[in-house]
Amino acid sequence: MSGALLNQLPFEPVTAILVIPAASALVLAVLPGYRLTARLNVLAAFLTFLAALSLLVERPAPGGYLFVDDLNIVFVVLGTFVGFTTSAFSASYIAHELEIGRLTPAYLRFYHAMYQALMFSMNLGLLANNIGLMWVAIELATLTTVLMVGIYRTHEALEAAWKYFILGSVGIALALFGTILVYMAARPVIGEGHDAMVWTSLIDKAKDFSPDMLNLAFVFLMLGYGTKVGLAPLHAWLPDAHAEGPTPISAVLSGLLLNVALYAVLRFKMLLAANPAAIAPGPLMVSLGLVSLIFAGFMLYRRRDIKRLFAYSSIEHMGLITFAFGMGGPLANFAGLLHMTMHSLTKSAIFFTVGHISQVKGTQKMSEIRGLTVSHPLLGWGLVLGVVAIAGLPPLGIFMSEFLIVSSTFARQPLLALPLVFGLLIALGALFLRLNDVAFGKPTGSTAPVKASRLPFVAHLSLVLAAGIYLPGPLVTWFQNVARLLG
Amino acid sequence: MDRTAIDVAHMLAGGMVLVSFMLLYQDRMFGLLNVFALHAFVLSLSVAWQAYIQNAPHLFITAFIALVLKAIIIPVALHRVVVRLGIHRTIEIIGGIGPTMLFGIGLVALSMVVMLRATATADPLAREDLAFALSVVLLGLLMMVTRRNAVSQIVGFMSLENGLILAATGAKGMPLVVEISVAFSVLVAFIVIGVFLFRIRERFDTVDVEAIDEARGERL
Repeated sequence: MSGALLNQLPFEPVTAILVIPAASALVLAVLPGYRLTARLNVLAAFLTFLAALSLLVERPAPGGYLFVDDLNIVFVVLGTFVGFTTSAFSASYIAHELEIGRLTPAYLRFYHAMYQALMFSMNLGLLANNIGLMWVAIELATLTTVLMVGIYRTHEALEAAWKYFILGSVGIALALFGTILVYMAARPVIGEGHDAMVWTSLIDKAKDFSPDMLNLAFVFLMLGYGTKVGLAPLHAWLPDAHAEGPTPISAVLSGLLLNVALYAVLRFKMLLAANPAAIAPGPLMVSLGLVSLIFAGFMLYRRRDIKRLFAYSSIEHMGLITFAFGMGGPLANFAGLLHMTMHSLTKSAIFFTVGHISQVKGTQKMSEIRGLTVSHPLLGWGLVLGVVAIAGLPPLGIFMSEFLIVSSTFARQPLLALPLVFGLLIALGALFLRLNDVAFGKPTGSTAPVKASRLPFVAHLSLVLAAGIYLPGPLVTWFQNVARLLG
Repeated sequence: MDRTAIDVAHMLAGGMVLVSFMLLYQDRMFGLLNVFALHAFVLSLSVAWQAYIQNAPHLFITAFIALVLKAIIIPVALHRVVVRLGIHRTIEIIGGIGPTMLFGIGLVALSMVVMLRATATADPLAREDLAFALSVVLLGLLMMVTRRNAVSQIVGFMSLENGLILAATGAKGMPLVVEISVAFSVLVAFIVIGVFLFRIRERFDTVDVEAIDEARGERL
């Protein structure tokens, strides 16, 4: 299949975005030695990011299997950027894991190979012009992350991986059923064969599809891919998978994989929106989003494990983003896109600090972590800044996107804005309650200095800060275009 | 398309729904694996029949993969796993057989109502095939939630995937890419599952999912 795929590729950068991670996955699977492989991993991620950036300059024409448009380019650039910074964080994180013997060299090779395989499958999912190919890519991404979540092979890690595997597979199975239904809806209009699964021809002809079939398909797709987005009540895998795997994986799960699944939902939402007789997908997304937001807000109070705390915060934010896209319209879509970008950057930055914190303290239990700002000023204040950002306080970027979501909701559906604001306030309270214990007070546990990689963290948060203060004009125009595309 | 061809297709697809019901009440490990092999066998027959009546030779490949991999290799491999782990004891079924079967009947009725209504415009072969496929998928889901044992959850999941393949082959002219990748993903999924089972064995003495459900600090 890959041969045919390569022939279809219209333009070099698209090839590079897929081939670099795929090739490095193979190379990293056989190369021994930590130093070399960790650097290669960073280098590969960096080159992929550069290739993604070049898409901004020149965009290839859509091919039979792959295409680039205004929507997926946002996800690809954001994804490869977070992939690159996380690989830099992962290098210093993994060094420590090797030192304390949690990872053996053989597992390290496996880890790096899986990391690149994950990058490959996510990029493939985003660039796919064929809904079947997109499904295959998301399935592959699920499998690689399952393997990485279970990599420590502790009781909890295996249980988390098993749970993730079962729930993820069921989700992905439902999504496939939805995909088949979309094909069935498209077949009478487009005709048999390949074209009836190609995204660009689907969206052109969507207005003639049987609305009943599309409605049914969307329910399956929403539940299937929604499981991967981590929407309540389908979220059960998410906190465990975040808490038990290596922290770089938590960062890519929250920063990237959830977005890829959301991207799939958005694509099919566009398909439904193009058919006037089909149900409006908005209300379904709005209600799932609100439920996730409020549910996760309350669940934040009961957390004892620092990584699980931020995993629930991811559920909350994915709920908020789904809500915004469900509301639709230029302003809410714009806010949703902005919020998704800001959340990816902030949440992965938080996981970078949390990774170092849990390494130096030797625990993820919040009750055993106290007074970080005293014992490790850099990590402590970094975490404070990250939490301030994720809680949505000004002047950081998330404040702006949350403000836009809330104000656009107030303008159109004031009643919906009440539970929305309620959920946000609940979550804010929980985050500060926990932060207060962890960051301030008398330090406990190890106060040994930590060899942290600061660059990824600083890069992410300065972007978030910059976006909160000033959004460059071209970026705004670009996001507005995408928002219009989303309908 | 003549009436007999459609009837045979429906008989085979309906046969899968019946075997799915048989899976629901198997309370012995080996019985479960044998019935799963039967499930995959009926699937391969059904796919082969679709290949014949749709004049789509590539579907024979899918049928062949279903026969060799799912009806022979995977059951045999799981059989060995079960023997090696020494778990050929009774499987407990939550809620008992009666309510589970009734619930299953409800699910089949639901999928008939939903699919036949939504696909009123599609051709009769595809729409009834899809309704059967959805029933198999839902029964697979039901099996996964009623079982606590890791091996029987896997069997539930694979019967669910069989339903998906039934749907994909019933959709006339669906590109080959998807069928191969479905088969491929089943293979990969199986490798993953195999690895998991052996790891679970390495660490614990049971593959009961309940038993590895360890209380973390925050579970009350």
